Amino acid sequence: MRRWLAAVSITMASVLALAACGGGGGGAGQPAQSPAASGGGKQQVEVFSWWTGPGEADGLQAMRKIFEEKNPNYTFFDAAVAGGSGDKAKALLQSKLQAGTPPDTFQGHAGAELQGYIKAGNLEDLTPLYDELKLKDVFPAQLIEQISVDGKIYSVPVNIHRSNVLWFNPSVLKDAGVAAAPKTIEEFIAALEKVKAKGKIPLSIGSEWTVTHLMESVLLGTLGADAYNALFKPGADWTGPQVTTALQNFAKIMEYVGDPQDDWQPAAKQVADGDAAFNIMGDWAYGYFHNPPEGGLGKTSKQDFDWAPSPGTEGTYLWLSDSFTLPKGAKNRDGAMAWLKVAASKEGQDAFNPLKGSIPARKDADQALYTDYLADALKDWSSDKLAGSIQHGVAVNQPWLAAINEAVGLYIGSKDVKALQQGLADAATANAQ
Amino acid sequence: MRRARTWLPGLLLVTPSIVLIGVFVYGMLGWNFRVAMTDQHDAVSEGRFVGLENFVEIWDLPRWHLSVNHAIMFTIVFVLGALVLGWLLAFLMEKGIRGEGTFRAIYLFPMAISFVATGIVWRWLMNSGTGERAVGLNRLFDWIGLPQWQWFRDPDWGMAAMAIPAVWQMSGYVMALFLAGFRGVPEELREAARVDGCGEWGVYRHVVLPLLRPVTLSALIILGHISLKVFDLIVAVSGKQIITDVPAVFMWVAVFDSNDPAKGATIASYIVLSVAVFVIPYLIWSVRKERRS
Repeated sequence: MRRWLAAVSITMASVLALAACGGGGGGAGQPAQSPAASGGGKQQVEVFSWWTGPGEADGLQAMRKIFEEKNPNYTFFDAAVAGGSGDKAKALLQSKLQAGTPPDTFQGHAGAELQGYIKAGNLEDLTPLYDELKLKDVFPAQLIEQISVDGKIYSVPVNIHRSNVLWFNPSVLKDAGVAAAPKTIEEFIAALEKVKAKGKIPLSIGSEWTVTHLMESVLLGTLGADAYNALFKPGADWTGPQVTTALQNFAKIMEYVGDPQDDWQPAAKQVADGDAAFNIMGDWAYGYFHNPPEGGLGKTSKQDFDWAPSPGTEGTYLWLSDSFTLPKGAKNRDGAMAWLKVAASKEGQDAFNPLKGSIPARKDADQALYTDYLADALKDWSSDKLAGSIQHGVAVNQPWLAAINEAVGLYIGSKDVKALQQGLADAATANAQ
Repeated sequence: MRRARTWLPGLLLVTPSIVLIGVFVYGMLGWNFRVAMTDQHDAVSEGRFVGLENFVEIWDLPRWHLSVNHAIMFTIVFVLGALVLGWLLAFLMEKGIRGEGTFRAIYLFPMAISFVATGIVWRWLMNSGTGERAVGLNRLFDWIGLPQWQWFRDPDWGMAAMAIPAVWQMSGYVMALFLAGFRGVPEELREAARVDGCGEWGVYRHVVLPLLRPVTLSALIILGHISLKVFDLIVAVSGKQIITDVPAVFMWVAVFDSNDPAKGATIASYIVLSVAVFVIPYLIWSVRKERRS
């Protein structure tokens, strides 16, 4: 009998424990547990980003200072998740959104990358905010056009990065007899050949995503801005002879790449160290080259490294941008709006960008704050045509990008240009809207 | 009532774990198979039942072939490597060397490390830089005059290199299994063989090895199912690059990057099925054996 009792009681205890687990899980989802409730009168605004590295985290802190000065009744809650390009942050964000507990505002690449969130109904339309602050007058018209979805805008771009930058080592070029940075794809291939003859790495490369990054520059350099932008419109033709030529150029250039490095930094470092002549990487590489050790390599610009628009793309700014959004169901919607206003303001952008190593999306930035590479970038941004980056979420949405990365990854193994073009064409048909 | 008294307490005790496993293992498995048989190819649509369409169509994808081939090569190198190395270590230990306990601990330690930590260290060791840029193993090879190679970035044999850290990590465990097996062989049997005129090799060949067969089979199954599900090691060494793609990484990309739950579920189903091919015959075999004894 005693054995019986013991068995029953243990069973009951376990069942109760199970029930308690279930109850606990439900409770955590309720807004009563939100951090906004605590803080003694001050309301918390949860800002979700992946800015934790040197430079970018400093920029975020500078914007936070302005936000807290302007909004004394809000406190800033930094919900940053480490990891370059937001890989890990995005996975966490996904689970937060699915659980119905979004942060008050989150970072995302402006453009098509946000489409998934928009389609799933996670984001609020920010067009009223744009009208209130007259943002359509201060952001370039092409930028507004490229981030609009069905005439609505869902995010506030804070900064602009450039993807089509050719970084090079001036002394390696001199040794190889290359007089200046190549301006066309043909010149580029000729220069790569000269460097190869000298026994240096002609073009350094990192992991597979940096190959997609290289490909977008070659596509733009071969097709020109208009034909490139047309590739991302519904019904675009990826099977045509122009794209074939572009991909053949890409294949030719890929013959000159060095051994793949672990990521973009070691690839960029090969240029800074004089092992390699060229590297095509976004302008975040500038901070890596230029910043003092710990955060960067402490190199001297124009002497240890130099830059030019990637071959064939002069006059076009292949852009990407970090932006902030307003998720539906944000606990502190007013606080999030206050943050978006700071992020959109001239003051906020001028505080953030010089530290992050990017230029502001606004046209009316204080030019004196941007020196060296950033001065060039700012000048080009105001005059160049715009084209959206593939790898960094402007031109294509996430599933489309995954399909493109797959086609490029398979190409690296097979070297089959025809299969690459077919893969890209299939990716476009499956994902273009 | 009396009969109930004998089996009911036992049943009540195991009920919670049956319920938990039922819901969180078999329920989820069933759900996964259900999703795999729908056309839910984005995050928002409902998905209609399409039968086995996804299971057939996935064989049209070049990436799927690549990842399956990678998994097969990884499995062969990893399982064979760990079995041979583990057996060899156990064989040496069995001879009763001095400080055996220390050696055993040293060989067993790698198992205490997670695949992620192993992967991060081996990513550096297997860096593909050559010549003056060589680090890790390539630098070592350079010093001692061995040829350098691309390791996991080698287009043909990359996955064989990827199996090396896994062999390093798991061979100590296999050693422990074999050592127990060796020790389980009664000394009388060996002596009997020697008396019958068997040499030392003959003793192993005809007495010890046949008796190790059940241990070998368990080791094979444990290693095999780890190998087919491998994910963390690959991601820690090379991330989600196609050159080292395996089904589990493909599944991750399909769900989180391509937002294609049906495709991810299909791949997950194939992984479960491939592990089942290993595990189910083993279960049948062990149930039969239990009945016999």
